[in-house]
Amino acid sequence: MFSIYCPYCEEHREEDEFHAKGQAHIARPLDPESYSDKEWGEYLYFRDNPRGLHHELWVHATGCRKFFNISRDTLSYEIKETYKVGEQPHFTVNQDK
Amino acid sequence: MNLKSMTQKNRLQAGGRIDRNQPVNFEYNGTQYQGFVGDTLASALLANGVDVVGRSFKYSRPRGIVAAGADEPNAVLQLGATEATQVPNVRATQQELFNGLVAKSTNGWPSTDNDLMSYIGKVGGRMMPPGFYYKTFMYPQSLWDTYEKFIRKAAGLGRSPLENDPDIYDHINHHADVMVVGAGPAGLSAALVAGRTGARVILADEQAEFGGMLLHSNEIINGLPAAEWVAGVVAELSKMDNVMLLPRATVNGYHDHNFITIHERRTDHLADLAPKGQVRQRMHRVRAKWVVLATGAIERPLVYANNDVPGCMLASAISTYIKRYSVVPGKELVLMTTNDRGYQAAFDWQDAGRKVVAIVDTRAEPTGACVVEAQKRKLKVIKGSAVIEVKGRKRVSGVVIASINAVGDRVTGNVRTLSCDTVASAGGWSPAVHLSCHTGSRPEWRDDIQAFVPGATVQQQLVAGAINGSYRLAACLEEGGHCGALAAANAGFGEQSDELLEVAIVDNEISESASMALFHIPHTQPTSRAPKQFVDYQTDVTAAGIEVATREGYESIEHVKRYTAMGFGTDQGKLGNINGMAIAAKSMNKSIPETGTTIFRPNYTPITFGAIAGRHCGELFDPKRYSAMHRWHVQHGALFEDVGQWKRPWYFPKTGESMQDSLNRECKAVRDSVGILDASTLGKIDIQGKDAREFLGRVYSNAWAMLGVGKCRYGLMCGEDGMVFDDGVTACLAENHFIMTTTTGGAARVLEWLELYHQTEWSELEVYFNTVTDHWSTLTISGPNSRKLLAELTNDIDLSGDSFKFMDWHAGTVAGVPARVFRISFTGELSFEVNVQANYGMQVWEKVFEAGAKYNLTPYGTETMHVLRAEKGFIIAGQDTDGSVTPMDLGMGWCVSNKKPFSYIGKRGMAREDCLKPNRKQLVGLKTRDPKVVIPEGAQAVADPKQPIPMTMLGHVTSSYYSACLGHSIAMGFVRGGLDKMGEAVYYPQPDGSVIEAEICSPIFLDPKGERQNV
Repeated sequence: MFSIYCPYCEEHREEDEFHAKGQAHIARPLDPESYSDKEWGEYLYFRDNPRGLHHELWVHATGCRKFFNISRDTLSYEIKETYKVGEQPHFTVNQDK
Repeated sequence: MNLKSMTQKNRLQAGGRIDRNQPVNFEYNGTQYQGFVGDTLASALLANGVDVVGRSFKYSRPRGIVAAGADEPNAVLQLGATEATQVPNVRATQQELFNGLVAKSTNGWPSTDNDLMSYIGKVGGRMMPPGFYYKTFMYPQSLWDTYEKFIRKAAGLGRSPLENDPDIYDHINHHADVMVVGAGPAGLSAALVAGRTGARVILADEQAEFGGMLLHSNEIINGLPAAEWVAGVVAELSKMDNVMLLPRATVNGYHDHNFITIHERRTDHLADLAPKGQVRQRMHRVRAKWVVLATGAIERPLVYANNDVPGCMLASAISTYIKRYSVVPGKELVLMTTNDRGYQAAFDWQDAGRKVVAIVDTRAEPTGACVVEAQKRKLKVIKGSAVIEVKGRKRVSGVVIASINAVGDRVTGNVRTLSCDTVASAGGWSPAVHLSCHTGSRPEWRDDIQAFVPGATVQQQLVAGAINGSYRLAACLEEGGHCGALAAANAGFGEQSDELLEVAIVDNEISESASMALFHIPHTQPTSRAPKQFVDYQTDVTAAGIEVATREGYESIEHVKRYTAMGFGTDQGKLGNINGMAIAAKSMNKSIPETGTTIFRPNYTPITFGAIAGRHCGELFDPKRYSAMHRWHVQHGALFEDVGQWKRPWYFPKTGESMQDSLNRECKAVRDSVGILDASTLGKIDIQGKDAREFLGRVYSNAWAMLGVGKCRYGLMCGEDGMVFDDGVTACLAENHFIMTTTTGGAARVLEWLELYHQTEWSELEVYFNTVTDHWSTLTISGPNSRKLLAELTNDIDLSGDSFKFMDWHAGTVAGVPARVFRISFTGELSFEVNVQANYGMQVWEKVFEAGAKYNLTPYGTETMHVLRAEKGFIIAGQDTDGSVTPMDLGMGWCVSNKKPFSYIGKRGMAREDCLKPNRKQLVGLKTRDPKVVIPEGAQAVADPKQPIPMTMLGHVTSSYYSACLGHSIAMGFVRGGLDKMGEAVYYPQPDGSVIEAEICSPIFLDPKGERQNV
């Protein structure tokens, strides 16, 4: 079970309090009507499944109810960082150490 | 000494950590025995000379006790004096003895001593090669039921109780700075040093007494016998308020982010059933800053022919039984060893006054101090040789020994027989790396110790002592102290000073010579022809079996494991795995590290379901939610149904009524006069902010821009894929203030959905959400007399049709309390939803009934609500939708706006090519040809009932009821292209072979013009 640092509450809390919401940084297209069916399908359904660093959206569901991001290693389950919505990760695939 | 304890023929007169003044009576396989306080079930059985404790899984061979701890593969017994207290999978080596303990061996039919299956096993040995189950029982599948009965009976893996567990279990959460696993020399040192820094320390050990191997060692620490040093350390630790000591507590799992689960057995040593008011077992859930693993090592047996005959044991287990329990499990010992450490068992045996027949050392020229000691003791040491085969069936009667070559893969001659009743084997040690592997870390092979040690990990973990391959006592103490200090310092306590590290000095450590890397003892015959050489006792895997697996092409150790079942037992191959890997490696001409290891997973030893469940069972399994009027419903005979966590009245049967009678009566009351529904459970979300209206327009499929204050509107909520996922009525309370209702089960999900879009996509909108579901009681008063009834309860709300229109809401006073009244209808009748503060709910409900008696006011439940809304063709999200239907599929295109400037959620999705196809499954009404027949919900529609199976399925029935008001059954369901098939017939084949015919119609069965509610 994970121990997750909520960047809003500013403390570590148990995983029980959180919900995982899938891959982070997938912005809703500003003009959906200009998207082809294929493009819309990619936005809707296609997600990365990396072995290693992954950016995920989580919500502190039974805590502050805030959504935030986690950079997590899918192999070791190490959480490298958590950061607020709108912020960019410090850890990225190209320079993740 | 009384007669019974005289029968403990293997018990020594003095010594050990048992209390001879406290005899303990117990039963094993129907016979009464006696042991002492301090015994394990295994030591007591050995004291009484019980040789056979089970029959093997596949070949039904007699098996005896091999080990003295968690690694025991054979003495896995069924415990329990009563049906309710049955516990399977108990290792006799870990079960403390108590008065009245009842144990049974789990396999063996008709009895363990005389097992019929063994004759089949004996004959069938060659007919049951590895992969036997896998190959034989794959086909034909239809015979599996027959095979399974045979296998279950033969395998005898223990059984679960048939009655409810009467004991209490619980969970405790902890935070620790330093979690020390194992209280042997390394763990005790670590805990002591860490504890002295003031860090919060938890020290857990699976045994009743702390000390590990020190409880049976001859070593001297700081001038004291080791066990006395242990007592001193434990005394100091127990005085520290910052240290928690957990004996009888197995650390069973090491999970992500240093989360540790500990299985503590609090009363299993006292009685069959926990003493009244006491918790039998407890799961400790520990989040530790740093973990020190000091789990020790497990001795490896050697693999030789007939090495499973009772009397074949681990050398270290023999020392444990003699020194700790004062039990010598035999008369004449032959010891086979590849290393110096093994000699100790022979010395202990000799000191106990029994005969050591020979020490068989596989090394050609052993030179260590223990060899000198053996000579001093005048023990016969046979060098460069091995026990290649054991004689005997239910007990060892002798051994065949032979000279072997220097690498130990060939017998070189000199084959002869020795008479003995016990064979000890010492094949070196395997660090107990299990916990370190639980979080995905792979162990690393070390050639110098011929063993795997914990590998690199991302956990905040240190390892100390034998788990780290440091077998010398001084090294264990030093590493433990060092890790304890480091862990505490890392957690912010103390400084790593040398002063702290001086925990102990070992005074009598002896020097060791090199051990021999040997796992599989050769035989005069090839492995495939030699008598069985067991690798994994619990799953009956032999050296020959592993060779067959590799010969048949299973090269990955994970495949070998699955093919042979090696390591699949409840002991997870604690004894056999490394030997198996070595044999697989050798037969593939690879090294052990090249072959690799299998993965250990939680739990380290079997755990009860009770400990896993803790208090989360029965009433406390899941929270229950009740409306403020629940007590009234109970008093008026309501039956309840679960909707999410809510208990909702289902219907209110009167004496003698069937369910259908009740529904008919409740429905008619609403249509003819007035009924009342407790709708408090509907999700309610308070939405405020200057952009609240804009936000609603983006999350609902219909338009919200023009909704005035005092008005309500029904809305459909879709996902980005255009599929309906919730619905409900939202009212405009003020220009910047709305209240949204959701389905009862969907409330939490909808709130999270709104927050998701607000926080991640449209944070520029000023809008706030809050759940107010529990703040309001909702009384739905419905029926032609609802206005008259409500008028008697309010004098400040004008209920007339002109001033209080359909889809209006008014604030005012109802039954003397402030209320919001919504004129909305889910029944098709004139309806008012009265919302009052939840704490007034019951009072208002009762007042409504006082006034309603003259109108035959009838309470109705969810089932009547379902019938009434289905008569009107209203959907229930989640019943008539399943995440694959668009508003158009529901015939609800009227609830979709194409004029809104913002591309609301679902708009693009429902415009996808597939969503626009005309032949989609669409929701229609269904009228059966026979008006009395109600189609079962879920029934599949076909166009041609005579089509051979598999038939072409067109859709399914989602809602189906008998309508008393209409006098016939009604149903809603999906039919492919159904909206264009009005009047056509569809067929619903039933499991009994009959077919129900129905006509496709509008789902609005009653009052299509809506005249009943517009009055």
